[in-house]
Amino acid sequence: MALDSKSDGEKLNFKVIGTRPLRPDGIDKVTGRARFGADMSAPGMLVGLVLRSPHAHARIKSIDTSAAEALTGVHAVVTRADFGAVENEATADVLDNCMAGDKALYDGHAVAAVAATSGKIAKQALKLIEIDYEPLPHVTDVDAAMQPDAPSLHDGRANETVPEGMSPNVMARHEFGHGDIEAGLAQADRVLERTYRTEATHQGYIEPHACLASMGPDGQADLWCCTQGHYMVRNTCAEILGIEQGQLRVTASEIGGGFGGKTTVFLEPVALKLAQKSGRPVKMVMSRAEVLRATGPTASSSIDVRIGMTKDGRITAGFAELRYQGGAYPGSPVDMGSMSAFAPYDLENVKTVGWDVVTNRPKQAAYRAPGAPMAAFAVESAIDELAKGFGLDPLEVRLKNAAREGTRASYGPTYPAIGLEATLRKAKDHPHWSAPLGPNQGRGVACGFWFNFGGDTCVSLNITPDGTVTLSEGNPDIGGSRASMSMMAAEELGIPYDKVRTVIADTGSLGQNEVTDGSRVTFAVGLATIEAARAAKREMCKRAAMVWGIDEEAVVWEDGAAKPAGPNAGDHEPMSLAEIAAIASNTGGPIAGHFEVNAEGAGVSFATHMVDTEVDPDTGAVKILRYTVFQDAGKAVHPSYVEGQFQGGAVQGIGWALNEEYIYGEDGILQNPGFLDYRIPVASDLPMIDTVILEIPNPGHPYGVRGVGETSIVPPLAAVANAVSEAAGVRMTALPMSPPRVLAAIQSENG
Amino acid sequence: MSKIHVTTTINGDPTEYLCEAEDTLLDVLRDRLGMTGSKEGCGTGDCGACSITVDGRLVCACLMLGAEAEGREIGTIEGMAKGDTLHPLQQKFIEHAALQCGICTPGILVAAKSLLERNPDPTEEEARYWLAGNLCRCTGYDKIIRAVLDAAQDMREAS
Repeated sequence: MALDSKSDGEKLNFKVIGTRPLRPDGIDKVTGRARFGADMSAPGMLVGLVLRSPHAHARIKSIDTSAAEALTGVHAVVTRADFGAVENEATADVLDNCMAGDKALYDGHAVAAVAATSGKIAKQALKLIEIDYEPLPHVTDVDAAMQPDAPSLHDGRANETVPEGMSPNVMARHEFGHGDIEAGLAQADRVLERTYRTEATHQGYIEPHACLASMGPDGQADLWCCTQGHYMVRNTCAEILGIEQGQLRVTASEIGGGFGGKTTVFLEPVALKLAQKSGRPVKMVMSRAEVLRATGPTASSSIDVRIGMTKDGRITAGFAELRYQGGAYPGSPVDMGSMSAFAPYDLENVKTVGWDVVTNRPKQAAYRAPGAPMAAFAVESAIDELAKGFGLDPLEVRLKNAAREGTRASYGPTYPAIGLEATLRKAKDHPHWSAPLGPNQGRGVACGFWFNFGGDTCVSLNITPDGTVTLSEGNPDIGGSRASMSMMAAEELGIPYDKVRTVIADTGSLGQNEVTDGSRVTFAVGLATIEAARAAKREMCKRAAMVWGIDEEAVVWEDGAAKPAGPNAGDHEPMSLAEIAAIASNTGGPIAGHFEVNAEGAGVSFATHMVDTEVDPDTGAVKILRYTVFQDAGKAVHPSYVEGQFQGGAVQGIGWALNEEYIYGEDGILQNPGFLDYRIPVASDLPMIDTVILEIPNPGHPYGVRGVGETSIVPPLAAVANAVSEAAGVRMTALPMSPPRVLAAIQSENG
Repeated sequence: MSKIHVTTTINGDPTEYLCEAEDTLLDVLRDRLGMTGSKEGCGTGDCGACSITVDGRLVCACLMLGAEAEGREIGTIEGMAKGDTLHPLQQKFIEHAALQCGICTPGILVAAKSLLERNPDPTEEEARYWLAGNLCRCTGYDKIIRAVLDAAQDMREAS
């Protein structure tokens, strides 16, 4: 349902929303008291470790665990044989990714696990497990995997959208768009055709996956883990283990980063199975190498673009064919890449075709606006090249083609009020745009889009006897959401922010909640929080009416108190929340508000990024000199954390553009599974990241909120590439733009 | 093999423990002493989430053996606040929203404190280079650097 209360953000005179209070979990996090996934322990706990495939692709002919089981201190060993069949195909893939079946599909694929009284003994036990592998031919490159004679991972799993005769690694074809591409291209003064490539990158959260599981012979189980969605963990583990969801209580730890990578399970079903077999609690913590080898990186991509433009900058047609490999199982985000590629533009003729391809790499997981950054890299690079080729201002060209309210989006829907044009105008007026550049320096801009999401949400707001408020919600807080929920509850109730404490409830305490993903939490949980607060207010008005002996319709809620209204106005002193709470027991019992919804109306989000770079022509090294983010937040609940999302996304995009890549050898083995060789941006790589928050209210949220978490990673790949291309004097079409690649491009351009 | 007996000082408190020869100091802190404020992000000295001080020198606890702490003065995040009074860096990190998920925060605070002890008036560039060994994936470092420079200014004015 969409809420009937349309956005009243502009007419509301906010008291709490838009301020910058201190986050409630701040002190725990600066003192080391906050408990993350690996920080929990239990009496009698065992240590669980995973044995992983050293092969990129191999048939598992046999596994002998007898010597490991016989080792003193080992209490359980599990392999795939310990798990039953799972009916649902997607969940069966998740199980297969957690514990390989008859084939190991990538370097690092889990093949067995042990639980022992110490990590030292568990390591010894792993060495005692004997596996007879039959190595198979492998493929890790997306274009190579699409060749008809490529090594096949799964035969016969392509869906009905895939034409006959293609490689068995092609799992699905997606198509979006409208109009007539060829007719549109015929109207252009220039048609640009380019192929762009991006490498796989990892979400790179600093906290490795960790969990602590216990499970009794009666099937009752408890699980503590770092996840973006403990309800998803519960449901997935219950399905894999064949137990009822209600028997498994999952508690989310503090989460040390996720960015989409913690929206699935890896260790959790294995830890539960080890706990079940051993009859002891089992703790499992991944090493960094395990995180990089076996958890979700994003897809790598290969994208062909054809765009036609008139010499005054109008795009006459846009076409893109996108090929994404998503690792060893179907489900790369090429569908979302295909939908988002041209989403910022108002085009008569637009079409995208996406191919979902499997390779011998770890199963991809969502990474912040999954699928969109690579697509935007291709399209925004092409538009930039065309604009500059005509001597046009790249911001003007984007403004000329920008999607607006009423534009039919390339992926189907018609946009309501959106903020793209506002970000472009703000960018054009910003001093950054007109600042001088020096030698070997270049400036790039790019736009980005993300859908945003709502989904199942359930919150409970309780008024305590002393008149404070506890809010229980079911979404792990990955970037300050407890603060924004407390703010929205306080705003609605008319009480100070510090009178509301928000907690992340376990799966036994609330109904289903979607994963913290899709930039959904501030929107959807916020919306549910506001409605729960409204329900509590209605109840408090009713209690006051009862005390006053008047109709409850004749009571309004203002400034944190019930007040008689209409004919009774002024007859009674306002009764504050605390006063109503104090007598709740005598007026009908405890007071609470709750709200359950499958939230719709998330409101799409747009951003424009601007970046200055300097290229060292002798080494190819790129320095980021200046960076400014312009993004529509709908309404910024806590501006500091909105800025933080803008900045964090931009810097992840900078890493993707310049440094980060999965490097596979000829042997199909990941060459750089560590933070030394998989290099994410560090403080000395960067300048300050300036931000400009625009607020074009989302009509689907009572306060106008839009999700802000993901859009910020969409433009930077292209923005940086456009800046580097200008600085280096050569168009860069492959990421990352690491120094050797930039140097090679410069040398090739200079002959 | 029998365990090694170590006598050391952690955050000013005399401390004794038994450890295996191969236990890192981070293993000892987290798994034997229950001091989980220091985080393990990589185990190879690349991320800085386990930053501690040993006799005043900034080190990664994952790169040092537990046995090597014998007779040393160890400082961890748990010793940074004094009673209920936060260190200025801790306060500024909260005020500047310099943390999102918070997993890197203990290590960055320990490293930043170590910087300000050596250089009470760092430039932005000096702060960025000093903290280059501490990875943060959430913030893009902007608010972290601002918090460090603001804390440095407050601390200079207070001294």
